[in-house]
Parts: sequence; structure tokens; C-alpha cells
Amino acid sequence: MVTASDRVERAWGVLAGVPDPEVPVVSVRDLGIVRDVEDDGGGLRVVLTPTYSGCPATEFIAQAVAAALEGAGLGPARIEMRRSPAWTTDWISAAGREKLRAHGIAPPGPAPGPAPLRFVANRREDVVPCPRCGSRQTERISAFGSTACKALLRCRACGEPFEHFKPL
Amino acid sequence: MQASIRPSGRPDVRYLLRLGDTCLILAQRLSEWCGHAPVLEEDIALANMALDLIGQARGVLSRAAALDGQGFDEDGLAFLRDEHDYLNPTIVELPNGVDGRERPGDFAFTVVRNALVSTWMKAWWERLRASRDAELAAIAGKAAKEVRYHQQHAADWVVRLGDGTTGSRDRCVAALRRLWPYTAELFEDDAVDEAARAAGLGPVASELQAPWRADVDAILREATLEAPAPSAFRSGGRAGRHSEHMGYVLAEMQVLQRAYPGGAW
Repeated sequence: MVTASDRVERAWGVLAGVPDPEVPVVSVRDLGIVRDVEDDGGGLRVVLTPTYSGCPATEFIAQAVAAALEGAGLGPARIEMRRSPAWTTDWISAAGREKLRAHGIAPPGPAPGPAPLRFVANRREDVVPCPRCGSRQTERISAFGSTACKALLRCRACGEPFEHFKPL
Repeated sequence: MQASIRPSGRPDVRYLLRLGDTCLILAQRLSEWCGHAPVLEEDIALANMALDLIGQARGVLSRAAALDGQGFDEDGLAFLRDEHDYLNPTIVELPNGVDGRERPGDFAFTVVRNALVSTWMKAWWERLRASRDAELAAIAGKAAKEVRYHQQHAADWVVRLGDGTTGSRDRCVAALRRLWPYTAELFEDDAVDEAARAAGLGPVASELQAPWRADVDAILREATLEAPAPSAFRSGGRAGRHSEHMGYVLAEMQVLQRAYPGGAW
């Protein structure tokens, strides 16, 4: 007899293996977009929080999560989208951050709160260490990279360009 | 050809259409830069911000459709209304090119508009986080974060171009002169605003003027630019009275859904 709590625990295990479609080195669980899993008797209810308002992968992620759970014999899975509280990069797990770094993507620092407008001349950009050589001598090339959530930077020490998962 | 739909005149629906249509139409204008921006980084930046705006529009129009209660959805509202049922302020529908031309786009015009509009949207979204409508408050929680980097991006460019070469400065001055008269309608209250305030849905338009002006003045000061003098001109997009450009935006945006009703990717 599989109990409800067993099923929920196994579901979390399955979700650790569902990659994010845009940054496949981390799972949806590492990213912190899975907010809740419960067994409501008739199946699993999974609550997801989208990363960005316009994230084109949102529907794809919902389908992938349902398919993975059903494929593992834990279905039926009902996916619910919850907007509030809004997703923040602070929800990315420590393991997720390490996977990003190992993959050459600098993980985000703490998410900034509401702050007054600052201009380039008097703005202190947070130092983003190079994920390859660790140097702090890095500079931003572009505020947006291959996806909305990443910026493009360059390391002046090792000369390599790299991506930075922006704090949000 | 798919027939048009008409949302009800409920004030809460109209308030949400003003918000959602602003995101939608600005997104459409920014999308026109895709493949045409001056440098690749800016091409990607503008397309990414357009994507955020489409996501915001989708959330707000879905909520408007639910309150409207006629069984429409966000796609229907985005693609099947007629011009006078779009309630975005006129400023977002103006073409990207110099002197009202559609193409080629003028990058200075785009970043000056983005600075003026995202600063206004920032003030609005921040207040909507406290909306009594839980769904709208949730959308605002996310959008308030996104609009901050939209504003920062635009402000950085206005400073760089305004305080740049004679050529880049002239472009900024011309853009500011052209856009400024269209900002007046952003802050004029009407019955829709009053109903939204009374219901706790969101702030009235005039409440956003002081925070908008403070940020815009800071940007212009840093860019060594000056705010143009006020004029008597009033645009009427928020009441559904659009410029001659709106029909062209909608024609391009709607053609697929009109010709192939219900068509999906």
C-alpha cells in the first residue's frame, strides 16, 4: 500500500529530474518554481509559480511536470499556477546554484528590493565573479542574454565570456 | 473573416483594458525591432522586454475577460476587438520611426518612449500590488519587478544618448518634443478611475503624476535634457479615441486570427 505521503515524497524525487527547458542543467525543483505537492485523494496537485510574466516555457514546464509524474506511475497530476508570491531567484536551491556555476553560468546574488532609480555614473553594480576562474575582474556586455533571465558578461582575467543568472 | 467582439462597458473591465492594452500595444511596437535594432544586444533586449509585456498583457486581459463575463478569453480580447474598444493611451501606438513614419525605426524615439512609459507603469504597478483584486495584485507583484529593469534600461540609454554626441542629443530632443504632449492624458481622471479607486481595484490616473514626474525629471537631468513646455493638445487613447496609426498596428497584429479563426501554434 502506497500512502499519500510516500507518493508526495516520490513526486518530489521525480521533480528533481525534470529539467528546466531553457536552462536544462537545473531541474524545476532546483529553480524553486515547484511550490507545493499534495495528494488530494484523487491524484497529485502540483503548484507551480512562473519565473517571468512572459516566460515562453511556462506551458511546456506544466506539461513536462505532469508527464513525468504520470510516467512514474504517480498520476493523475493536476497542475495549478500560482502567481503570488512572485517567484524570486532567492528560491533557487544551493544545489541549483552550484549546478549553474559548474555549467559556466554565474548564479544570482540576493534579489534586490525596490530601489530608487540609479544612473550609470553613481550605480554600484554587484561584482559577479567569473564562474570559470573565480576572478572578480568581470564586466557586463549585455543586460540580456540567450534568455530574459540571463545577462552576458566577460571575464577580464581569463578572457572568457559567460552568462549571469540575474537576481530578480 | 472572424467577427469582432465587444467587451462590456463595466468600469472595472475598462480599467483593466487600459492596463492590459498598454502592455500589449507597446509590446507590439517593441517587437517590430526584432531583427532591426542597431546592435544585436539591443535587439535581444527589446525583444525580451516585449515578451515581458506580452506576459503582463496576457494576465491582465485574462482577468478582464473573467470580469467581463461574456466568455471571452485573453486571445479574443487581444485579437478580435475593434479599434475604439482598445483603451491604451495613444503614446504607445505611435510608430517607431522619425516624424511618425513606420520605418525605419528611430532608436532614440523608442528609448525615450520606453523611459516615459515604463516610469508611468512602474508607479502604476507598484500601487496595484495593493489592489483588492487578488489576481491583479498577484500579476502586479511580478510586473513591478520587471518594469524596474525596463525603466533602468531605457533611462540608461536616454542618459547615454541625451548626454552624448550632437546627433544623438538632437534625436532625443526631437523624440521628447514629439512624445511629451501625449503624456498629458496619462494623468487625467475620469469615471473609470473614480470607480477603480472606490472599489479598491487601483489608483486614479492623477495619483501617478507626481512619482512619474520625479523619476522623469531625474532621468532628464542626468541626460542634460529639458522637459518640453506643456501644451493644450490632448490625445484620447484611454477613452478609445486613437491616432491614425492604431488601425495599422491592429491590422498587422490581428490579421492571422481574423483570417484563420482560432488558429494556434
